[in-house]
Amino acid sequence: MMRDFFRVLVVDLATGKGEPVNLEGRATHLGGSGLAALLFERYGDVRKPWNDPEQPLIFAIGPLTGAFPLMSKTVCGFLSPYHNQYAESHAGGRSALALRFADLDALVLRGRAPHPAFLTVASRHLKLGDASYLWGLEVDDAGKLLRRISPGSGHRGILRIGPAGETGSAMAGINVDTYRHFGRLGAGAVMGAKRLKALVIHGDAAFDLPSSSDYPKLFQKIHQQVTATPMMDKYHHLGTPANVAVLNQLQALPVRNLQATHDPAAAGISGERFAEQALLRNMACSGCPLGCIHVGFIREPFLEPDHYLYRQVAYDHEPIFAVGSMLGVTDPFQVLAIIDAAERQGLDVMAAGVALAWATEASATGLISEAETLLPLQFGAAAGYRQAMGHLGRGRNDFYRLLAQGTLGAADQYGGRDFACVLGQEMAGYATGEVFFISQALGFRHSHLDTGGYAYDQQAHPKDAVAAVDFLIQDEQERVLLTSLVSCLFARAVYNRELTVACLSALGYGEAAANLDRIAAGIQAERWRLRLAGGFDPRQVPIPKRFTEVVTGKGRIDPDYLAALQREYSRRIGAWSAMESETETGA
Amino acid sequence: MRSNKTVKVLGAPRMERCIGCHSCSLACARLVHKRLSWDCAGIRVLSSGGLTTGFEARHCLACDPAPCVAACPTGAFTQRRGGGVIVRSRRCIRCGECARACPVDAVYLDHAGEPFTCIHCGRCVAFCPHRCLELEERTLAPVAAETAGAAADDGVAGDHGDGGVVADREGPADTGAGAEVPR
Repeated sequence: MMRDFFRVLVVDLATGKGEPVNLEGRATHLGGSGLAALLFERYGDVRKPWNDPEQPLIFAIGPLTGAFPLMSKTVCGFLSPYHNQYAESHAGGRSALALRFADLDALVLRGRAPHPAFLTVASRHLKLGDASYLWGLEVDDAGKLLRRISPGSGHRGILRIGPAGETGSAMAGINVDTYRHFGRLGAGAVMGAKRLKALVIHGDAAFDLPSSSDYPKLFQKIHQQVTATPMMDKYHHLGTPANVAVLNQLQALPVRNLQATHDPAAAGISGERFAEQALLRNMACSGCPLGCIHVGFIREPFLEPDHYLYRQVAYDHEPIFAVGSMLGVTDPFQVLAIIDAAERQGLDVMAAGVALAWATEASATGLISEAETLLPLQFGAAAGYRQAMGHLGRGRNDFYRLLAQGTLGAADQYGGRDFACVLGQEMAGYATGEVFFISQALGFRHSHLDTGGYAYDQQAHPKDAVAAVDFLIQDEQERVLLTSLVSCLFARAVYNRELTVACLSALGYGEAAANLDRIAAGIQAERWRLRLAGGFDPRQVPIPKRFTEVVTGKGRIDPDYLAALQREYSRRIGAWSAMESETETGA
Repeated sequence: MRSNKTVKVLGAPRMERCIGCHSCSLACARLVHKRLSWDCAGIRVLSSGGLTTGFEARHCLACDPAPCVAACPTGAFTQRRGGGVIVRSRRCIRCGECARACPVDAVYLDHAGEPFTCIHCGRCVAFCPHRCLELEERTLAPVAAETAGAAADDGVAGDHGDGGVVADREGPADTGAGAEVPR
């Protein structure tokens, strides 16, 4: 396991055959984000379409995966159907440890299966099976069958797509072990284009550990830090839904398609309210003792009298905002029911919720009608949104098929571009101000996790675009190091540079540990070069008018500051296009 | 002669609290067996019919008499007083009979056929963030003096009341409370 190269399995889905490849580059690319970029450079082609059969779908872990607490995430690298440029999405569940114990640093899927298929991988196993009978099934139904027919119960990750992925939706995610997702930027459609319904990774190998006592002592120290001190409390108590009330109070919660940033009724969907009324239990990604996954329940009558069904649905701040406050739904059980409807389709709940928020406002303004939406969409009317998720996931008509490719595309056809809440992709749940808006709009993943732009907005900084962008660049670099290890970003306060060096050293990665600044800068630059080579022009990213009309707790959005931030961030990102990597020795 | 000693036995009495983090398995593998693994451990955590139905722990229930001991053809598994087994890995011929005999799937065989089962050392307990596990004390039944003596003559240190492992592999032990020597 501790090796100075990458062990990668490259599978051709057209033939079902795989090739184990040993790849140099550990000392320059570490793993995770760095390894995914390295592999995309080797196997991908930014000049070809995202659904070209040869484009790779990459799953990569890092040198610390499974070896320390919260090193529990997998990086998925792919060419996004959303913008046909290089993208990453991250997920946990069991996927990371399953890859580790399948003895793989990365899995690269190329080609297109001749028929719907599912792939099972283990340390001594590779098989492409027929999945014709799974095609068309919703995510949970497919999951139940996959559990029955696949080996490795308990020690496997089951990744699958729903109808959204099968129909090529740019909002299709890959579901991981029921409650986690490679959610954003359409990785599910890439899987669907490969006719791959599911990927089952069985971690069945074991590895010798260093004989030194340094490693177990360091593990113990970190475990103690994350479980017995308050530093991680927010993640496993209320979890990220604690943000709902905080942002609402700060007037930074997107409400009803960002028509407002505060709603007294949002108290109904606060983290506290979810915990009191709807929380069933907590769960964890494998290798993380926190248990930040909050699983709620919905209970509904299906037959009079007194016959009920129940379902378990995971929730976080982001889906609560996207199908709660953004759609004017302020009852926790209704929110969970809409999340459930989106999950079944294999949709990115965030993108889908924000898209339906636009469709609701477009309906209210008469730009579209029930001829397009097939049912009335009104803020607060949860039942309609549940049905609409099905229409969006399966692409019931031209309207929903277009909307599933991104809200801006639908707005281009039907109007309503000014109020499309899109920042590179459908917005995340932070209306904190100018820095966040630009950080998501221009960020590498268009994710709230690219950088701490939302936190920067909440601190008292002067309107200095250069200083703000300096922060974004540096913060991204710190985060890209973490996502190359691969750490959960919730652990960013734990794994500071000193501790990261200690962890890598304890496992024998001394060379990498000695060069982390150079490695992080190199990976950051390489990812951006890939993105830019695909045609990304940060200067051209639209910031819809709605974002300039917002009033937050800090006051009105300053359009001049917004423009200055975009100019400066574009300049800094653009500089990477010409910069040659100092670390490009891997491939 | 009568004995009023106790042995410690790993229990998992609060698995409904389990979040599926595998910290227990990883701790056992790391600290007892010097492996990075969620399989090569005395306790394994599996979903009980999918993640929506929670988790169960697979671990030795400290049978006495233990079916795995009866099945072992070489004496690699012997009965621990109070329940469970003492493992002498050097005697193991990797036949896998122990795993097949265990009625609760508490013996894991790795790819080489090496068996891994709980030695009731309790080192996993502290790593469970929700206190699902505990090391319970079980009072030993009275035994005849000659039986205890025979055990000592067989090279087994003491009565293994605090762990139940046999020093069977060379190398330094970083065992802490409970286990005597790692595999």
